[in-house]
Amino acid sequence: MFELRIHGRGGQGVVTATEMMSVAAFAEGRHAQAFPSFGSERTGAPVVAFCRIADKEIRLREPIMEPDAIIIQDPTLLHQVDVFAGLKKNGYMLLNTNRSFEALGLGDFIAGRPAERLCTLPATEIGLKHIGRPIPNMPLIAGFAALSGLIRLESVVKAIGEKFSGKMAEGNIAAASEAYNLIKTRMAEVAHV
Amino acid sequence: MFKQIEGSKAVAEAVALCRPEVICAYPISPQTHIVEALGESVKSGALTPCEFINVESEFAAMSVAIGASATGARSYTATASQGLLFMVEAIYNASGLGLPIVMTVANRAIGAPINIWNDHSDSLSQRDSGWMQLFAETNQEALDLHIQAFKLAEELSLPVMVCMDGFILTHAYERVDMPSQQQVDAYLPPYEPRQVLDPREPVSIGAMVGPEAFMEVKYLAHAKQMQALERIPQLAAEFKQVFGRGTGGLTHTYHGEDAETIIIAMGSVLGTVKDTVDEMRDGGHKIGVLGITSYRPFPVAQVREALAHCKRFVVLEKSLAVGMGGILATDVRMAMSGRGSLRGFTVVAGLGGRAITRKSLHKLFREAEQETLQPLTFLDLDWNVVNKQLAREREVRRSGPAAENILRDIGTVASKIA
Repeated sequence: MFELRIHGRGGQGVVTATEMMSVAAFAEGRHAQAFPSFGSERTGAPVVAFCRIADKEIRLREPIMEPDAIIIQDPTLLHQVDVFAGLKKNGYMLLNTNRSFEALGLGDFIAGRPAERLCTLPATEIGLKHIGRPIPNMPLIAGFAALSGLIRLESVVKAIGEKFSGKMAEGNIAAASEAYNLIKTRMAEVAHV
Repeated sequence: MFKQIEGSKAVAEAVALCRPEVICAYPISPQTHIVEALGESVKSGALTPCEFINVESEFAAMSVAIGASATGARSYTATASQGLLFMVEAIYNASGLGLPIVMTVANRAIGAPINIWNDHSDSLSQRDSGWMQLFAETNQEALDLHIQAFKLAEELSLPVMVCMDGFILTHAYERVDMPSQQQVDAYLPPYEPRQVLDPREPVSIGAMVGPEAFMEVKYLAHAKQMQALERIPQLAAEFKQVFGRGTGGLTHTYHGEDAETIIIAMGSVLGTVKDTVDEMRDGGHKIGVLGITSYRPFPVAQVREALAHCKRFVVLEKSLAVGMGGILATDVRMAMSGRGSLRGFTVVAGLGGRAITRKSLHKLFREAEQETLQPLTFLDLDWNVVNKQLAREREVRRSGPAAENILRDIGTVASKIA
């Protein structure tokens, strides 16, 4: 079972991101469970949502305390929430920022962790470019697909197509595709270093 | 057809497949998505003939459901928490009059203190209201139980609450097998009321009944729930024939055969309990699970049978009878009276949305095996916080509001994961 935790702020589509992740995994014939951490449903407040993916029925209902991966939709959370809590030693981490880990003071954190599993993505900028709004969730989901190889881009695109229509669907798919390709390129660079 | 869908939406689709004729509801989180989706289906014409009635309160919701049901319409509503409490007077009338309304209760805590999260306090507070109460373990079961509930309610002319854990199930996206309209139609016949307000054959419903007959009318309600004990397993078996799934019924056992310790629970926590039990079984522990699906009527015989060969049982419940201990545990202990050597433990857990984790369950179940548990345990209770407030109350007369004091003691929780 693979466990993903997404941190963000109310209004950034954190809950939608885990739901879409679960729909994408379902499209690949897997079992998936997505659920939010309830309560702080206010714009700007810290929000956590969870997604489990497995090849058999998922019965577990506890929050994800030792995730295999985390996505951080807002770097300002680093100073407010223990976003890394429980992240496995070899876990994946995707952070929405146009700066580097080092510039954000995360140099110590990433040291000793596998470089090919840690990545940044300017997801807000990608969202603004394609959707016209600073919504980073779909680029991050697609970027995570590229980083982890857990799900395929086509599945993310399919999930977007089911959730949105018209220009919103087109914009989100374009954003997802750019994010996916960007992370793939970054990963190829890391592999060559 | 398999779908990856939110629990609330899945229930809304299942209810629509049952062809309700009147839906009335007042929105209260966490069931709001259910009636939202049903409202959209009625408005778009996808669900027809059906009238969606916006009401001004939960009291009105149940009152309108009573009126609609009395005219012979298949009637549905949904609520939770204080919303359920606000409709209580009408709840007793619905069951007392024998009207087969089906209502989803998206289980939630009751305040004060104000709390929007999950536990079973709301529907268990209506234990003696005369409604049947069926508890869903998964969203698939929640969906299936609604279809079974309409059939059960209408056959017996008695209302049913389908209880599903608020947020934990209602707001979870997971895979469900959504039945087809043909399947539901094959299983659930049109509603044929025992009593109906019909101008062509006028009757009155709701007589005043004095001491000469009140007990008899009340006894009949009990007799009907005893009939339900027979019908619920049959309806589950019939359901399996049409839909191929063994959901519903009175109870579900898991690794019960050779278990020395049996954990008893209701609702979605059974999933976490089963995962914990699997891990313990791998380590050689003889432990099993008894899930209670039908809380009312309470399946005394099935509970006795399931616990016949174990040495001890633990009732893990998301409810508290203040001044006594467990609510579900009281029923289980009653069912097991006469079994002198059997040890029973009550564990109150998950109140107000407190996460019930495998880590805590592992420790708890081991203590149960060693019989070092207290008869009544509050899982993961923070004794420091409790003792600090108790000390405060001993020291000063005007110690202030307890909830506010405790929140001040523990500081902000916005940054915690669980």
